[in-house]
Amino acid sequence: MLGKAFAPQDSCNPVPMSAFRQSVEAMIPALRRYARALARDADIADDLVQDTLVRALRSERLFLGGDVRSWLYTILTNLNKNRRRSLARRPQFMPLLDNNPDASGTEAEGRDIARALSTLVEEQRSVLLLVMLEGLSYREVADIQGVPIGTVMSRLARARAHVKASLEGERTALRRVK
Amino acid sequence: MTDRNIPVTEDELHAYVDNELPAERRGDVEAWLASHPDDAARVQSWQAMADLLHTRYDSVIDEAVPKRLEIERLVRQPRKWVYGAVAATLAAFIVGGGVGWLARGATAAPSALQNFTVHAIEAHRLYVVEVRHPVEVPGSERSHLQQWLTKRCGWIVRAPELTNAGLKLVGGRLLPSSAGPASFMMYESASGERFTIYTAKSAAEATQMRFAAEGKESTLFWADDGVVYAVVSTGADRGRLSQVAQAVYDQMEKKGG
Repeated sequence: MLGKAFAPQDSCNPVPMSAFRQSVEAMIPALRRYARALARDADIADDLVQDTLVRALRSERLFLGGDVRSWLYTILTNLNKNRRRSLARRPQFMPLLDNNPDASGTEAEGRDIARALSTLVEEQRSVLLLVMLEGLSYREVADIQGVPIGTVMSRLARARAHVKASLEGERTALRRVK
Repeated sequence: MTDRNIPVTEDELHAYVDNELPAERRGDVEAWLASHPDDAARVQSWQAMADLLHTRYDSVIDEAVPKRLEIERLVRQPRKWVYGAVAATLAAFIVGGGVGWLARGATAAPSALQNFTVHAIEAHRLYVVEVRHPVEVPGSERSHLQQWLTKRCGWIVRAPELTNAGLKLVGGRLLPSSAGPASFMMYESASGERFTIYTAKSAAEATQMRFAAEGKESTLFWADDGVVYAVVSTGADRGRLSQVAQAVYDQMEKKGG
């Protein structure tokens, strides 16, 4: 859908944004949503998006066409994986308050789903969000994670079972305590 | 052609929900669900899960994009970013590993705070189990404790009054940390529940309050005026921990006056 019509010059002044940049820009809101759900913390999430954009823009000339959307999700997913690897064995960070005032939905349910997501292993959370929140196809997610479709499907099935159990467990636990 | 009698698999149920099922099989699955209430309930729960996710996260889409994420800005100042060459970045991206996150520039502040929380939690674990020697200076010598720790640490160390939270000052001690001296104070409730407050010099001038947990220990921590504070507990629930942290925070805020 992009063709190869990238502006040859790298100048930035009043030159109209290239088709590439426009398609990157159009993806920012969706990338922020994905990152927010993936990383929970709004600041960390925007850091991830920022790093993703910087990398994408830097590689503009190396981008040979194809699906910008999948490509951006791939960069973000990989950056998050690296981040988590570097955090391994350190205390797990969570925002105290979900420091973004999401207006919609009942708050408690929002917290429940966020908590349930945080208990998933990385690859499962990413599959679940890419499919259920971002609406990507199994094929696209397989390419993003660099695994066969069968692996995507089994990760998705496990993630759904885990989140379902976590949501149900939480509700019963709360009922018992209060 | 598909056979209505071929049982529907788990994979097909997922594919059905995700619109990945071949059109000619959808009818079969729907017929199957009509006669298999357990599967129908599962499918329904996945749809509800998707609704929950959208309810929770779709509002992000409508938020104004922060300035730092504006394309024009990022394109205009690419050299500010501390990354390797494009080739290295791409290679990292393609193999999905390696460089990058650790090489991040100034925005990597959380790691310094992470070391801090490790120290705060370790100190907590080490001393809360002490029955006879939990502290160097007992809470009965509160003003001496404050003066001594303030002098040795180099910032104003106050032992906050936490009686409203049901906590009494046990006392405090001076500790070493990677950033120089650190102060450590312990509080106890009538039932023996112990909280500790750890402060050290901070790399960040000020941060919002954050939560970290490791094992049974959890902490709320923040930086203010170049000093980082952690309130640590063992097994306290979030409500209780934030009650105590809030009380500490409020009193630290007023320390200047």
